[in-house]
Amino acid sequence: MTVPVLSVRNLEVEFLTRRSTLRAINGVSFDIAKGEVLGVVGESGAGKSVTGLAVIGLIDPPGRISGGEIYLSGTRIDHLPPEEIRRVRGKRIGMIFQDPLTSLNPLYRIGDQIVETIRTHMSLSETAARKRAIDLLAEVGIPAPDKRIDAYPHEFSGGMRQRVVIALAICAEPELIIADEPTTALDVSVQAQIISLIKRLGRDHGTAVMLVTHDMGVIAETSDRVAVMYSGRIAEIGPVQDVVQNPMHPYAKGLMGAIPTLAGEEKRLVQIPGSMPRLSAIPPGCSFNPRCAFAFDRCRVDRPEPLKQGSHAVACHLYDTAPSDTAKETAA
Amino acid sequence: MLAFTLRRAIQAIGVMIAVGVIAFSMFRFAGDPVNQIVSLDTPAAEREAVRKSLGLDDPVPVQFARYFANAAQFKFGVSYQFRQPVSNLLMERMPATLELAACATVLAMVFGILMGVYSALRRDTILTKFFQAVSLIGISLPTFLIGILLIYLFSVTLGWLPSFGRGDVVRIGWWTTGLLTLSGLKALIMPSITLGLFQMTLIMRLVRAEMLEVLRTDYIRFARARGLTTRAIHFGHALKNTLVPVITVAGLQFGSVIAFAIITETVFQWPGMGLLFVQAVQNVDIPIMAAYLLMVSLIFVTINLVVDILYTVVDPRLRSTIRRPA
Repeated sequence: MTVPVLSVRNLEVEFLTRRSTLRAINGVSFDIAKGEVLGVVGESGAGKSVTGLAVIGLIDPPGRISGGEIYLSGTRIDHLPPEEIRRVRGKRIGMIFQDPLTSLNPLYRIGDQIVETIRTHMSLSETAARKRAIDLLAEVGIPAPDKRIDAYPHEFSGGMRQRVVIALAICAEPELIIADEPTTALDVSVQAQIISLIKRLGRDHGTAVMLVTHDMGVIAETSDRVAVMYSGRIAEIGPVQDVVQNPMHPYAKGLMGAIPTLAGEEKRLVQIPGSMPRLSAIPPGCSFNPRCAFAFDRCRVDRPEPLKQGSHAVACHLYDTAPSDTAKETAA
Repeated sequence: MLAFTLRRAIQAIGVMIAVGVIAFSMFRFAGDPVNQIVSLDTPAAEREAVRKSLGLDDPVPVQFARYFANAAQFKFGVSYQFRQPVSNLLMERMPATLELAACATVLAMVFGILMGVYSALRRDTILTKFFQAVSLIGISLPTFLIGILLIYLFSVTLGWLPSFGRGDVVRIGWWTTGLLTLSGLKALIMPSITLGLFQMTLIMRLVRAEMLEVLRTDYIRFARARGLTTRAIHFGHALKNTLVPVITVAGLQFGSVIAFAIITETVFQWPGMGLLFVQAVQNVDIPIMAAYLLMVSLIFVTINLVVDILYTVVDPRLRSTIRRPA
């Protein structure tokens, strides 16, 4: 099998506070293959964005990567010195942030910002870089790119600005794009355009995409595989069809049950009781156990590790093949 | 853009007319000007002659119109104490004040921005703490005290720098400059520091606060995610965004540097407009006081106008809102 573009192994991220050390990411592992889109879902604070920032090396103090390894096409990148990780950012990993309105420097023409990024990573002349910038703008669907290249960010709409941001993220042909909630700040019709743009770019260039979002609809539409995160861990990871239609982890079940459908009869949507624990008060054992309808004794003491279950990997004792004394609920 | 500039220029003229009214009313409320000119034993007939020759027996509106028409041509009447036209006196003194103010402002801008940027980027170094301490002194110590301390240290104790005056000056046309002679430059050092220290600390604190603010923004985070060099991020992206408010403050401060040069000029006996003004106050020389008031307001108003226009050069977002006023 070929080496995955991104391989994250047992990643741990900590934030040092005056009182204690908070562990935001606790043993996360996943791979993304070339041309594959991995969706990462979860509630706010589950650690989705922090995982993305850790991969690109932008965890700022007081946060730090405290354990695990990150490999980009086989090379380890999580312990590189600042100057070398800087060369990786933008060049080999592109990043798209949530809010296109604030992602661009308001005082510079978008062309200058793209040319600056291109020339940081590629040895091109000013004119060649400008030509490439125009091509990039055309590729992300900006009309009349040769004119718009000299416009300032405030002269674009939100959707158009996100296209510019995407052009900036892909301008050095990265192997991996990390998109951190790229559609959250946009209205629904523009969301669909941006999603199909990211999908098309990933397909055309064979770029791996890590798509962080809390929108299951976006995931279902775009991703090949999906990882469901809960309080700094991956609860379930697997092919998107399987996870959406046949979730196994009780939390994933709850999430999928909370998606309204147009076709279905009018039933009350399933609701997961309670809320995600704060980082300072993560319960022992499975961190989901206080909210889980299926929790049994072992869940309160023993932390479940992700185990392969067919196409999925699930971190839940319900599916542990080792015999347990408590009765199991019916699993699909 | 043109309409915007014109609109601002008209507002500026309005301000100048208002200041003119105040300057003119000084003549009416600071006692009878004739008493200032003639001696105590001048006969009444002679006093009336003087009054008539100065046009002081005309109705007030006529006097005001005449004063204003003259002021617009930079004719401010004759000084009571020097018996010379005020405009000549001001012109003679202006180069000294402008050179001092420009030096102080350049000093304040250069060191203020450098220290501000440094202390924002290297927050916990000893040098930053030192800058913070210096800025505290600059903000809190009164100007005259700093001047006197400098004189004590560098003129009295060490004897390196002259304690007063402007040194040798070179005349270029009507302008006299101390920048071309060694003694002129030496004489400029301490007054510039005294006058610029407050502005410097102000700019430093402003740059530091703005820079810290800008470094937290999304576009800086995105610039880092694009892999730009730290240098490009700090000095290309962050600094330019920091400078928008700095321009306003520095511009307005240039006005107050000229206006508050009075204290520094008095401490160092600097032969500028401020010293002239202080002497005028002591001798109730109203034409000079009124003219000085008008000059300073003209400088303020002009600087305001320039700052407004400069904004649009730095920030493209303002250009479009000005082009299409809401």
